[in-house]
Amino acid sequence: MTRVSARFAWCKRRFGAGFWFALPALSLIALFFFVPVLTALALSFTDFDIYVLGDFSTLRFVGFGNYIRIMHDPLFWLALRNTFYFVLIGGSLSVVFSLAVALLVNHGLVRARGLFRTLLFLPVVTTLVAVAVVWRYLYHQRYGAFNWLLEQFGMDPIDWLGDIHWAMPAIILMAVWKNFGFNMIIFIAGLQSIPERLYEAARLDGAGSWAQFRYITLPLLFPTFLFVGVITMIGYFQLFAEPYLMTQGGPSNHTLSLGLLMFNEGFRWWNMGYASALAFVLFIIILMVTLIQAGVGKIVRTRP
Amino acid sequence: MKKILLLLVVLSAQSFSGCREHAAPVVVVNFWALGREGEVVRQLVPEFERTHPGIKVKVQQIPWSAAHEKLLTSFAGRVMPDVFQLGNTWLPEFVALKAIHPLGEQVSRSNDLPLNDFYSGIVDSNRVESGLYGIPWYVDTRVLFYRKDLLTQAGFNRPPATWEEWMDMMEHVKRLDSARYALLIPMNEWQLPVILGLQLGAHLLKDNNSRGDFESPEFRRAFRFYREIFRRELAPALAESQIANLYQEFANSYFSMFITGPWNIGEFRHRLPAWLQERWATAPMPAPIAGIAGLSLAGGASLALSAASKNKAEAWQWIEFLSRSEQQAAFYRLSGDLPVRRSAWQDEILAADDKAAAFREQLEAVVSLPRIPEWERIASRLVIALERAIREGASDDEVLSELDRDVDLILEKRRWLLEHRP
Repeated sequence: MTRVSARFAWCKRRFGAGFWFALPALSLIALFFFVPVLTALALSFTDFDIYVLGDFSTLRFVGFGNYIRIMHDPLFWLALRNTFYFVLIGGSLSVVFSLAVALLVNHGLVRARGLFRTLLFLPVVTTLVAVAVVWRYLYHQRYGAFNWLLEQFGMDPIDWLGDIHWAMPAIILMAVWKNFGFNMIIFIAGLQSIPERLYEAARLDGAGSWAQFRYITLPLLFPTFLFVGVITMIGYFQLFAEPYLMTQGGPSNHTLSLGLLMFNEGFRWWNMGYASALAFVLFIIILMVTLIQAGVGKIVRTRP
Repeated sequence: MKKILLLLVVLSAQSFSGCREHAAPVVVVNFWALGREGEVVRQLVPEFERTHPGIKVKVQQIPWSAAHEKLLTSFAGRVMPDVFQLGNTWLPEFVALKAIHPLGEQVSRSNDLPLNDFYSGIVDSNRVESGLYGIPWYVDTRVLFYRKDLLTQAGFNRPPATWEEWMDMMEHVKRLDSARYALLIPMNEWQLPVILGLQLGAHLLKDNNSRGDFESPEFRRAFRFYREIFRRELAPALAESQIANLYQEFANSYFSMFITGPWNIGEFRHRLPAWLQERWATAPMPAPIAGIAGLSLAGGASLALSAASKNKAEAWQWIEFLSRSEQQAAFYRLSGDLPVRRSAWQDEILAADDKAAAFREQLEAVVSLPRIPEWERIASRLVIALERAIREGASDDEVLSELDRDVDLILEKRRWLLEHRP
């Protein structure tokens, strides 16, 4: 009895009360995050495939074999190019568009701001599957609303999801529409934290609205920018559900993203080893791009 | 008092019914069927349950698009059904997983399943390393669908029998109107070049199916023929998703020939306008040279018995029931799926169907694809190679050597297994 209480006292001294409160959450994270991640890391050095699922003794340790194969896989490079296309064009469009909408909604002349905010936020909370089904109709070559609009302006219909040049722009358009609301809310919060007196002072000095935007709004919004940029980039790198639901990676793999390639390798062909290696390559890419963004952010912020 | 009496009555009734169940235990056979087949097969269940008291069949319908992943995941999670339907090209994969119980013994003991009544090419597609693992349920092969009126206009009164005739007819059809095409070959389909290769005797893979053999002279010749169709602009370079309405385009004479499977008999009847119904027909695949039958693919779906099933005897009775000649004919009437047994083709509706006749003839000349788990992956690489050749204009040598290299990579594990676990 005394031994137990002594032990308890030691624990109490060693780990504060905070530790015990955090323990349930920490153990859940360990069980459902770190264990799977470490398992996947281990898998990425093996050739876990369909044969192994049938007979575990056929599992082989292949070292960096999967990673070397990835470097020689033309599909990987294609998926990487598509993913970068989506992140660069889609991500920047998403940030710019949500900033523009945030400025509009936040403008003093706009009435019923709450209503607009809610309506513009709706796409974010809608299920992606439902959105994709509706957008597939919108993009339909013969009966879709987009081609109907083009027709009104006397333009030729576009095979949105079947044409190798249009499929990715179509996916980007849908993704931007679906996701801009989230960034918009963050930008609105950022805009509202800028003190009104700065604008008043600028107006007294004779600054026009462009000058106010350029020299007050943008610099003060910079931390928000950085946050939105990083979050958007990470989210957009994980592109999967949109092409999975709309194009299955087609036409001719022009909407094949790294996420979709990973899914195909892992769950369609059951090459778990190779798919795990792909997952870590994607992780490293995201990590590097985030570090670059953070570094650029630091340089910009410390600039005299 | 009244309440207690009521309670007693209820209790005794319950125990009585419990007793009855105990006397005749009911075995439930879980059956997963795919797509539309899963919908219509329910109508065959009452007859089975009537003739097999003590067995109940629970049908679960699974969409084709998710079927492969779902079967694999259910195997990994050890929750496979007793009996399941699967595409016969998937069979080797599930055999490698040891997920399927071999059926050779059951078949030889059965009085209802004389294998010589089944189309032999289709039965072969269910054999993996000499063991029989699936019972073919319905067949799927590809034949030529064509517009009789356009061929007549171009000066031909019968479908092509050889490649040479075929090319000649396509040229003539194209000359009717250069804005139209003679043949439709969706670019994302690997089937046609594979059929052409198999017709010439290409093996596609070599060294006990452990290396790619797409650079063989036979496959090269087939590939050249395939390319030639595009080079002469006899077929449009379109993927399936780029063709908005196949049936409308066929009716508009945008193309006059199409190589496809039995499901399109029903679709063509249903979707083509009435005036066209007498003007389209089907024909077996043209052959590379005169005097031999042009081969096609031995496709279709099979019924498999799960290795983990606890009710194998009852599950087998369900498979046996579905494979009977009269059930095959009944299933044809429900689904339009073509039966695998020659005797089932005596069915009066099927025997009188002129559009199905080409399939009946073709089924005597079908070959199966390499029966290895990696085939679907290899086929997906072939599609990439086709697009590289047709869309990007890469040379035959380049495309085929790239393909063989990719295939060799995919088959690396298989080579290792053959070497280390004979």
